[in-house]
Amino acid sequence: MVIGVLALQGAVSEHVNMLSQCGVRAKLIKEPADLQDIEGIIIPGGESTTIYKLLVREQLLQPLKNLIQNNFPVFGTCAGLVLLAQQESLGGLNGEVKRNGFGRQRESFESLIDVEGFTEPFHGVFIRAPYLKEVSSDVKVLATLVDGRIVAAQQKNVLVTAFHPELTMDNRFHELFVKQMIVTSEFVDN
Amino acid sequence: MSKTGTTLVKRGMAQMQKGGVIMDVVNVEQAKIAENAGAVAVMALERVPSDIRAAGGVARMSDPAMVEAIMDAVTIPVMAKARIGHIAEARILESIGVDYIDESEVLTPADDTYHINKNEFQVPFVCGCRDLGEALRRIDEGATMLRTKGEPGTGNIVEAVRHMEKVNEQITQVKAANHNQLVMFARNLKAPYELVKEVHDSGKLPVVNFAAGGVATPADAALMMNLGADGIFVGSGIFHSENPAKFAKAIVTATAHPTDYALIAEISKNLGSPMKGIEISTLSAEQKMANRGI
Repeated sequence: MVIGVLALQGAVSEHVNMLSQCGVRAKLIKEPADLQDIEGIIIPGGESTTIYKLLVREQLLQPLKNLIQNNFPVFGTCAGLVLLAQQESLGGLNGEVKRNGFGRQRESFESLIDVEGFTEPFHGVFIRAPYLKEVSSDVKVLATLVDGRIVAAQQKNVLVTAFHPELTMDNRFHELFVKQMIVTSEFVDN
Repeated sequence: MSKTGTTLVKRGMAQMQKGGVIMDVVNVEQAKIAENAGAVAVMALERVPSDIRAAGGVARMSDPAMVEAIMDAVTIPVMAKARIGHIAEARILESIGVDYIDESEVLTPADDTYHINKNEFQVPFVCGCRDLGEALRRIDEGATMLRTKGEPGTGNIVEAVRHMEKVNEQITQVKAANHNQLVMFARNLKAPYELVKEVHDSGKLPVVNFAAGGVATPADAALMMNLGADGIFVGSGIFHSENPAKFAKAIVTATAHPTDYALIAEISKNLGSPMKGIEISTLSAEQKMANRGI
């Protein structure tokens, strides 16, 4: 199995390492032609405005958007969540996102969070992180903070976390993405 | 329980900047040009390094009002510079909420013995380095991001190349060293043994290392990325070029695609003049900023 990692800017190598721990080969995606022969794609953490501008500049935005609309499995962390929740950007996740939702870097934090379906808590690393204010009824909330802010969710083929599993040693989200979402994917290449 | 200001969130913040360009800006208008071009962060300062060089005198922390105006104007992270060893300037910048502090040799050093103990701060720090010893001493003090010193404000890439190659060459040597040699490395590099051992075991620095100090063109950015830089700082190179918006965008694209030479050729066409540069050999030892804070 080969999974793409969008490699325009951000924490790309961290996701590549996580995938290799899951026994999956990663392919760096920098231009539309790279989208061939992958079974899913990860949108990494980074600066969402920068990644968005580069997606437009490299003419990757529309092809990716089309794939996601056609049930192609995608996993976005932090900036990835922002891009997937903004309908004018990649779209795919029906919800309202608050960018830099906790404030500036001095408000960046680590916290143990309970995740739906995980027996042990997950080490959440939030860096100038976004959160989801609300999501539509077809979105399954996977984790919320004590104050109710949504920080992990899934909508069919789209998985998002506001935090960075790629900065930890814990590959449970990557396993979830690879072993459940990709293996059971309804994506049809047409 | 949630914790702020941890090593992980400080180092992680720098990891999120990888593959990106951090641009020096002196006002709100420039900050917006940088953000529109795709910068991952801006460095707010009153004068870019080449103007600091030309002006002479003592270069200090920028006016906090000017830094705050830039923080209000853009949504990307904002960094600011404090003088080497100037704990008060750093605390002031921390209090207004800048996202990263550059303890920078571009400003006139305030302490010729000690750097800031960066471990005590909530805000993360980036520091310059010319070799692995400097890199590990800064990490030991709490720096969570590194950059080459290069030679700021010269538009001449040769020093940044030298510093990046030196660090990488020393990492290769440390990786291959046996126990006795590691002890000697720690002594010769004047760096803590534990950090030398960590580099030996992991084969890399524990924090990201960007290129800085002399980047003036998209080709310079691509060169540094190919030498192993994790990202790029551009100081005077953008806003002292003939067409800042185009230069900024082109440097961002070259940094994202450092081996796509056909693309870099395309974006380099008709860019106009880059900043005027300075040949390093014309600088006296006192004029070299890289010799500060070692």
